[in-house]
Amino acid sequence: MTDEPLLRVSALSKFYGSRVGCENVTFDLWPGEVLAVVGESGSGKTTLLNCLSTRLLPSSGTASYRMRDGQWRELYRMSEAERRFLMRTDWGFVHQNPADGLRMTVSAGANVGERLMAVGDRHYGRIRATAVDWLSRVEIDEDRIDDEPRAFSGGMRQRLQIARNLVTGPRLVFMDEPTGGLDVSVQARLLDLLRGLVTDLGLAAIVVTHDLAVARLLSQRMMVMKDGRVVESGLTDRVLDDPRAPYTQLLVSSILQV
Amino acid sequence: MMATPLVVSDVAKSFTMHLRDGVRLPVVAGVSFAIRAGECAVLGGPSGAGKSSILKMLYGNYAVDEGQIIVQHGGGLIDLATASPRTVLSVRRHTIGYVSQFLRTVPRVSALDVVAEPLVERGKDREAARKKARALLAQLNLPEKLWALPPATFSGGEQQRVNIARGFITEHPILLLDEPTASLDARNRDVVVELISAKKAAGVALLGIFHDLDVRDAVADRVIDVTAFAAGKIAA
Repeated sequence: MTDEPLLRVSALSKFYGSRVGCENVTFDLWPGEVLAVVGESGSGKTTLLNCLSTRLLPSSGTASYRMRDGQWRELYRMSEAERRFLMRTDWGFVHQNPADGLRMTVSAGANVGERLMAVGDRHYGRIRATAVDWLSRVEIDEDRIDDEPRAFSGGMRQRLQIARNLVTGPRLVFMDEPTGGLDVSVQARLLDLLRGLVTDLGLAAIVVTHDLAVARLLSQRMMVMKDGRVVESGLTDRVLDDPRAPYTQLLVSSILQV
Repeated sequence: MMATPLVVSDVAKSFTMHLRDGVRLPVVAGVSFAIRAGECAVLGGPSGAGKSSILKMLYGNYAVDEGQIIVQHGGGLIDLATASPRTVLSVRRHTIGYVSQFLRTVPRVSALDVVAEPLVERGKDREAARKKARALLAQLNLPEKLWALPPATFSGGEQQRVNIARGFITEHPILLLDEPTASLDARNRDVVVELISAKKAAGVALLGIFHDLDVRDAVADRVIDVTAFAAGKIAA
């Protein structure tokens, strides 16, 4: 394990006019670490995720990322082209709605292969073999490789989106409510799959979710957000089992027991 | 290796219930003891005395209000009471193991892999880890036909045996046991006593909660009376 973080975020804020999106968020993320960001709708967690993934530019604050060559780069000072390259190669972004992360009218195989071509692979046979391998890792039958994702169920689409993101061997994956909108049984399967992939590949991930059970299952560390600010952070099980902030206590006490 | 891998000094813990007008519930105060390598100490006292809370603080699962929890970790000493989440994770990985009362099951993972997982996470080869897992499950008399099934549908006693196997499979120098024998029959309680004796012989420092007096008498080198750390007592 390396002793250097992968991502350093310092005093990050995003304002929409006078309204606070997120304010003064500071944390480090290490390789192989999964950080859950929880809070209710409007708490700023998605704004934070979009700033970190450079889909949005923050109003103030910094975020530095350690590139594969070990060089630290300031994310918001990179050129648009550099950021897009990072997004296509070293990062993944799993959207809540698979339609936002997939191309719905090209085949499943092409959805996965496209990311490989973006990093310069041009060998058709090898791309297809890798695509087949990744489809099987996300439990999609090989005979569906030529089908378009719009013919897939919600759970399959989400698994395809994950394959598309992970095929380039990213080091950091952003996930926005990755199990939102799925049936409970489908969620369980997806969580189990994600958990296995994250462990096997040693991925770092930032997972935004309002579901504390998802956070407990996937993450080691957690940040609780309210009104754009981080109100509590720490080890996931510590935050959930011994919540200190009033808002975290409210969140934890609101979980329905089954 | 140092002979006293865990030293607890003046630890205090309370809960502040913000949803109940900020009511403060003191749990324990002035908690002080040390555990030596190769011994099994038992936390004694009635329900509600704070035994589980102490164990949870030692695992970083509960925050600590005051005091120090000094752990021999990675060739140095760290204070778990103030350690960063990342350090706590490292301590859990290498130094302190924990056998909880209940198994938190993950959907779709077989009992065998639930047990093998802590070793795999520590970089051990999957097949070697499964081999050790099989040996432990057999020792704990879990029927072999259950090994390939996810434990979610197992009985309480079966789940607990999976949980014990998972907790004992690693070689942590410190092991915390939260009533590992609560729902076991006599034969399997004896197996747990054997497992604990083997850990002691290997130089592991153990700290446990056992309500079963037979098990407690069989494993305990000494009892730490938790009522001495009652939060009210210190304040009075």
